[in-house]
Amino acid sequence: MTDMNAETVVLGDLADGRLSGATAELIALGRKLGGPVAVAFAGVGLESAASEALAAGADKAYLLNSPVLAELQTDALVAAFEQLCKHSSPAVVLVAKTPMGRDVGPRLATRLGVGLAQDCVDLRRDSSGTLIATRPVYGGNALAALAFSDARPSIVVVRGKVYPPLAPDPARKGEIVRFEPKLDPSAVKARTVQFVRREAAGVRLEDAAVVVSGGRGLGGPEPFGMLKELAGLLDGAVGASRAACDAGWIDHSYQVGLTGKTITPNVYITVGISGASQHMAGCSGAKNIVAINKDANANIFKEARYGVVGDWKKVLPSFIEAVRELVKS
Amino acid sequence: MTSPRAPVRILVCVKQVIDPETPLSAFKVDPATKRVLAAPGVPPVVNGFDENAVEAALRLKDTVGAEVTVLSVGQGFIMDVMKKPLSMGADRLVLAQDPSFQDLDPFATAYILSLAVRKSGAFDLVLCGRQASDWDNAQVPLVLAELLGLPCVTVAQKLELAGKGLVVQRALPDGYEVVEAPLPALVSVSNELGEPRYPTLRGIMAAGKKTPVTWTAADLGVDLARLAPKLRVLDLFAPPREKQCEFVAGENEADAGRLLALKLREDKLI
Ligand SMILES: Cc1cc2nc3c(=O)[nH]c(=O)nc-3n(C[C@H](O)[C@H](O)[C@H](O)COP(=O)(O)OP(=O)(O)OC[C@H]3O[C@@H](n4cnc5c(N)ncnc54)[C@H](O)[C@@H]3O)c2cc1C
Ligand SMILES: Nc1ncnc2c1ncn2[C@@H]1O[C@H](COP(=O)(O)O)[C@@H](O)[C@H]1O
Repeated sequence: MTDMNAETVVLGDLADGRLSGATAELIALGRKLGGPVAVAFAGVGLESAASEALAAGADKAYLLNSPVLAELQTDALVAAFEQLCKHSSPAVVLVAKTPMGRDVGPRLATRLGVGLAQDCVDLRRDSSGTLIATRPVYGGNALAALAFSDARPSIVVVRGKVYPPLAPDPARKGEIVRFEPKLDPSAVKARTVQFVRREAAGVRLEDAAVVVSGGRGLGGPEPFGMLKELAGLLDGAVGASRAACDAGWIDHSYQVGLTGKTITPNVYITVGISGASQHMAGCSGAKNIVAINKDANANIFKEARYGVVGDWKKVLPSFIEAVRELVKS
Repeated sequence: MTSPRAPVRILVCVKQVIDPETPLSAFKVDPATKRVLAAPGVPPVVNGFDENAVEAALRLKDTVGAEVTVLSVGQGFIMDVMKKPLSMGADRLVLAQDPSFQDLDPFATAYILSLAVRKSGAFDLVLCGRQASDWDNAQVPLVLAELLGLPCVTVAQKLELAGKGLVVQRALPDGYEVVEAPLPALVSVSNELGEPRYPTLRGIMAAGKKTPVTWTAADLGVDLARLAPKLRVLDLFAPPREKQCEFVAGENEADAGRLLALKLREDKLI
């Protein structure tokens, strides 16, 4: 049976040199599981991230250092985490569903010969200590509950914004352990040579309290101007369905959904979006969904709290005008 | 651009899946077998991202010359479905088909694919889709690359051959990264690559004349013990949808827009 004292290791990630929100969420999840939680950071100059991780609820931080890790190439990270797992044999490895995590998790699982569950939205132990992961499949049309075996570690890739981070406690103490993996520079076969950022100005889509999204029903790129105007009035951000992005009306960085961004706004206004499960997978955490769609049978109305059945060309202008008046008062 | 080894030998891994556009009302789970049931009358399709991968291969075929082999693992293939990549322009179809190739997890699928890749001879590039729209795992390409010892780049939106290797644009949530890798390599392709081409009439005719190569578990030397899934499926169910929509209507659509704003203000949402 599972040894409840065995460590949970979170594969740590930095955002602009600080502990990433995704890592803080995984620490909170690790604490929920019980047993000690360690965060493993790879690279250089990680001391401040390590103390942030302890404050966020970790009991230990592993600092993985090697000149081969300097550029954080995926091939090097996989090899480094593989060595750490062989050295410290954790019970569970938690990986964030980020571009990096989604690559590292399955490769690590293959090397260690253990199971992995992708895109999990719930993780718990049953009464006998078996680790059970719940995850959406079929684009969110179904949920699967999966039981891990006793093979160590159980590797779990966790969807973002499911577990809220704990409030940081700077007084929390923990252990910092340095670990130097032996890495061969020739193990880095694929190499990232450049990052090209395409970030929208204004409130980040992932952080916005109000998001206004458009879909195929908009019929072209121009109406996104109106959505931008509406988002501006509400201090919100603009999003889109994959159909609108694929049509080239708006950049893919605006895509909400299973293969786009996960958002959890207080208000999510959709215009000309049918509400396919793969779209809803990215916004099911929205508190209040508002839908404008001309088809009364569209699936979006099964997920929405407020709806208008109608042509956006007629509904939207008066909606925006009324919002403009209301936010002034 | 001329490739040092034209024609490039490309293997594209393609999966037959239940149509993800199946209307929600027709989506059914069989609780006993813990499987999703295909809706009656809705045929399976080639996984969408795999069509993107086929398109990526065909673009290389168009520009530098390539020999494109499509590879699939499973059972119960529908030939009209599986021949679509051929009718788009792929050269060869290999089906690894066996009654034991059912309910495979990504590790088992990648294991069988690795044997099929080895059996199919020398190659330069293995392409996969970003993820299969059944279990949305996005895992087979990474496991396969590990098993074959290949450099791996996922979620490609563009790929080009350059010198002795590949230059791949990997889509990121806020832009992309440029990744370089030597050949042979494995790349998984995403929809940002662009629309897959439609089969032409000539393509459909040519595909009709081609007979797929089929390999069984025995042909491939599959160790059946390695097909056992690593995780146990305890439950598979359609989640309850509990929201109750409040419809706002007015004298006309414009009026409804105005009333919607008032409603949202009344409920302190804006
Ligand atoms: C594996 C996989 C991953 C996917 N990932 C994503 C993802 O991350 N994000 C995503 O969004 N999709 C994703 N999809 C695609 C998804 O299945 C749908 O195809 C897509 O979300 C549809 O976009 P849409 O709602 O804009 O278009 P449609 O489904 O075509 O809906 C358009 C809607 O607009 C309405 N409309 C038309 N004209 C008007 C008008 N004048 N006024 C008002 N309403 C109007 C119509 O009634 C219709 O409901 C994925 C699919 C797969 C298979
Ligand atoms: N049974 C299969 N046969 C061939 N290719 C597959 C199979 N399963 C998965 N793949 C490939 O791996 C990709 C990712 O699949 P998955 O990891 O299941 O999401 C797919 O888009 C295919 O390219």
